Amino acid sequence: MIKLENVTKRFANGFTAVDDVTLEIQEGEFVVLIGPSGCGKTTTMKMINRLIDPTAGRILIEGTDISKLDPIQLRRRIGYVIQEVGLLPHMTVAENIALVPRLQKWPRAKQMQRVEELLNMVGLDPETSLQKYPRQLSGGQRQRVGVARALAVDPPIMLMDEPFGALDPITREQMQDEFIKLQQRVQKTIVFVTHDMDEALKFADRIAILDRGRIVQCDTPRAILHNPANNFVRDFVGTDHTLKQLSLIKVKDAMIENISTVRLEDSIHNVRQLFATGYRSIVVVDEQGMVRGYINREDAEKASASQRVSEVMVTPISTIAHDKSLKEALSKMIRNDAGYLAVVNEQSKLVGIITSSCLHKVVGEPYLDSGIAV
Amino acid sequence: MHYLLQNPERVLSLTIDHIQISAAAVMASVAIGVPIGIVLTRLRFLQGIVLGIAGVLYTIPALALFAMLIPFFGLGFKPTMVALILYSQLAIIRNTVSGIETINPSIIEAATGMGMSGMQLLFLVQIPLGLPVVMAGIRMITVMAIGVATIASYIGAGGLGDLIFEGIFTFDTGKIIAGALPICLLALLSDRILVKVQRRLEQWREDFHIGTQSKES
Ligand SMILES: Nc1ncnc2c1ncn2[C@@H]1O[C@H](COP(=O)(O)OP(=O)(O)O)[C@@H](O)[C@H]1O
Ligand SMILES: [Mg+2]
Repeated sequence: MIKLENVTKRFANGFTAVDDVTLEIQEGEFVVLIGPSGCGKTTTMKMINRLIDPTAGRILIEGTDISKLDPIQLRRRIGYVIQEVGLLPHMTVAENIALVPRLQKWPRAKQMQRVEELLNMVGLDPETSLQKYPRQLSGGQRQRVGVARALAVDPPIMLMDEPFGALDPITREQMQDEFIKLQQRVQKTIVFVTHDMDEALKFADRIAILDRGRIVQCDTPRAILHNPANNFVRDFVGTDHTLKQLSLIKVKDAMIENISTVRLEDSIHNVRQLFATGYRSIVVVDEQGMVRGYINREDAEKASASQRVSEVMVTPISTIAHDKSLKEALSKMIRNDAGYLAVVNEQSKLVGIITSSCLHKVVGEPYLDSGIAV
Repeated sequence: MHYLLQNPERVLSLTIDHIQISAAAVMASVAIGVPIGIVLTRLRFLQGIVLGIAGVLYTIPALALFAMLIPFFGLGFKPTMVALILYSQLAIIRNTVSGIETINPSIIEAATGMGMSGMQLLFLVQIPLGLPVVMAGIRMITVMAIGVATIASYIGAGGLGDLIFEGIFTFDTGKIIAGALPICLLALLSDRILVKVQRRLEQWREDFHIGTQSKES
């Protein structure tokens, strides 16, 4: 889809910002360029939409050398989102989003329809935001508009330069989660620049680590965590690499699935038999399979045999959605001081549990990786 | 005050002349200076020399400039217009250049990155966002034009300057006041109106870096 062949950029002052970079990006792939400030990420990205032309080497998109294309037409086929957002302050949200459709001379009705569709897609209410000016929006809202604008003519490629970098941590996480969902829907080929490793791990199919204009390693997140190419990569990944690994794995891929449960109306007598097999705590569900609480062995032993589970159980129980990462599971276990978490699916039904031994297993046994990766 | 009260039609008609001269000069100056300013943002190496020339023109005293223009343009309206246009170029060109060049670069970059052509960038982004600074220049030259047009009646341009000069030569304070008062009012009023316009336009220029908290309207 996008191919950089021995691309070098030397600026007029003689500084080589990008040095012999070769990178091939597949259709639908999410590639993250990461590295310390000044390593040439932005320059690399801007060469793809020809805001900067390379000094040497060439860039191909779908097999065509882009230096032979009209830069204006090229740019309209590439969505572009930057950290500073770059919304036009004298245009409303609607006008900003409709900009490229307008440049492409779409009929007005179609422009408006697209704007509403996009606002819904990025989680803004068309009713209240259409006629607002960018200065009336919060940072997060502006960035949503920026993303919507880049998606306006449904370009196959998106270039995103630290799009969430300037947001506060809470808004950033929220935008990242929403963006993952959005990408699953729109399936663009994305080149994404960041200097935040956690963000890279969250999104990337492949991560290209840059240092002083060169790609020092380009590989899947797992491979980079496990086999850093050199000390630079090792330092960049950081010492919390175990935690980072946890952030790569979904709860549903590490949970214990076939667990015993008890129902609200079960009698303590029956439950005691279950505890006799060695459990210390059992999840309580209702007839719909919804998690209601848990019951401890000591409590079951103290209660009278004729009591019902619902009278003895402990509520609430700590739960986590099955598509969250193990890192989130770990932090929830620590925060709630819980020995395990009940894992629930989109319908809030119990699908398994996650315990600290699940986490140990994942980070402790390297052979597991080949099973889960890629 | 006598003269003003006894000859309101003459004062009014001279005021209208005065407004016409100033307004025509301002419009012509903008029509010439803004395109020059735009060209200078594209051909930056010319900025020094063009602004230098405009700066020199600005420093020539009015009467000296008229004297230089009379051989070419004769007396009356024509040399007055030429003089006013020459005086105005510094403010208009300089403000056009700085209006366009001080636009937040990330806005220009995003607009270019979305696939705007040079002309689209100019008309959809640079001119609208540069306008408030140009407007500040227009304010300056408007007040200047109203003042210089007064002196221009000395070379037969007409306008309220006629009353002032007549008053000076006949020691008629009433006439001087009848000329000076409307000129002051004209200058103050047009400045007030243009300030309002400029403020309206300025809201777009408000800086847009992330980190600036959003303001609820
Ligand atoms: N127009 C330019 N002229 C000279 N040097 C530049 C120019 N643009 C960027 N650089 C330099 O190139 C290096 C890489 O810049 P950039 O790609 O923006 O880095 P980053 O990885 O932080 O995005 C930096 O050291 C920067 O100072
Ligand atoms: Mg950068």
